[in-house]
Amino acid sequence: MRQDHLVAAGQLSRADVERVLDRAAEFDAALDGGGPLPARYPETVLALCFYEPSTRTKMSFETAMKRLGGDVVDMGGVDASSVKKGESLADTVRVVEGYADGLVLRHPREGAARMASEFVDVPVVNAGDGAGQHPSQTLLDLYSIREAAGLDDLTIGIIGDLKYGRTVHSLATALTEFDAHMHFVSPESLRLPRSVRFDLHEAGAQVREHTELDEVLPELDVLYVTRIQRERFPDEDEYRKVAGEFQIDAETLEAARDDLTVMHPLPRVDEIDPEIDGTDHANYFEQAHNGVPVRMALLDLLLSNDE
Amino acid sequence: MSDHELRVSKIRDGTVLDHLPGGSSLHVLALLGIDGSEGTGVSVAMNVPSDRMGAKDVVKVEERELSQAEVDVLSLIAPRATVNIVEEYEVREKKRVERPESVTGVLACPNSNCITNDEEPVETRFDVLDDGVRCDYCETIIREGIADHLDVS
Repeated sequence: MRQDHLVAAGQLSRADVERVLDRAAEFDAALDGGGPLPARYPETVLALCFYEPSTRTKMSFETAMKRLGGDVVDMGGVDASSVKKGESLADTVRVVEGYADGLVLRHPREGAARMASEFVDVPVVNAGDGAGQHPSQTLLDLYSIREAAGLDDLTIGIIGDLKYGRTVHSLATALTEFDAHMHFVSPESLRLPRSVRFDLHEAGAQVREHTELDEVLPELDVLYVTRIQRERFPDEDEYRKVAGEFQIDAETLEAARDDLTVMHPLPRVDEIDPEIDGTDHANYFEQAHNGVPVRMALLDLLLSNDE
Repeated sequence: MSDHELRVSKIRDGTVLDHLPGGSSLHVLALLGIDGSEGTGVSVAMNVPSDRMGAKDVVKVEERELSQAEVDVLSLIAPRATVNIVEEYEVREKKRVERPESVTGVLACPNSNCITNDEEPVETRFDVLDDGVRCDYCETIIREGIADHLDVS
């Protein structure tokens, strides 16, 4: 991979993804006590600019950079920074560029990371731009799928908030590189946005859309569950109409194959009953743990000037 | 249309935009930044009968030669437009509009949550698709009513 920035999953070819995942496996093995890290970045500083709340993404990027021997500078919450004084994103990233060797950005507006990448020379990673994209989550999702079910001949169901769910947009785009059979399950009002459907169509992807999970559940290798993105709804009434629409519990999964892998980018609200957590289906906590080795691999490939 | 049927007179020097969709000429003028403030002559004929288009608009702009880039932007709202560059009452050059790969600073993104609609020092940029345009930042696709999203003054 020779990418200056990672702002959208559509930038990544299959070879790019496989390179990150292979490298992540090396870091994963090293972190498990399997020997020295394959690369280290002492004296490297990564800037974390999170304009929206985050637990997993922010902490796993921070952990990844520190495990690589480097350090992080954190803008802190929006309230604690000059953003509160009305500073533009373009100005903020140009200032932060002077402090760090790379920049991880989460922002409530779609296209924020792409714009930021046009103002700085250090690598920018999109850690979520509104209801747009979340490509580093996709890399760890793909890593988790490869570990649990394999990426070849994959049949995946993606359920929940497909309209506002940025992890879905990035994952669906990336899965076109692997010829996956994709089933999208959502209420009509939360179906995939036109731009993602356009990309899937252009890529010749094998896609079907459903409003009921039971239409497709028995076929699935992986069920990727997402939260209804309450914070992105224009009004609370619209949210209430679809809240709690899909809840996966043990009874739901009776119709599934025994080897079905259930994933979720987390946080969950009530989409997956905790009774699933202890079953062989549950992969979401493992998925979250994979954030560290995968982000180490991503940082390695962005920070090294490897052609 | 023969000379005796002309609704507006020939121009000496400038650009004639023909085969614009009926009713689109004010959008075309806005897109080209022509509002009459330069003091040169601008003639507009709207909904003129046309064998090929049913109804068409024609715009004549005096003392201004449109560049190919300007002409290409027209393709977004007037894909069948023909552009005649006139010198001394004669057509010196005919141009066809071609769809550009992208257009910058011409359209406003309809997604109110797009970063280009925030207070940021960035111009909109849209990739031009076969049947629409796509915001380069938030990836929103516009297919219908592109003229409604013109953001030119």
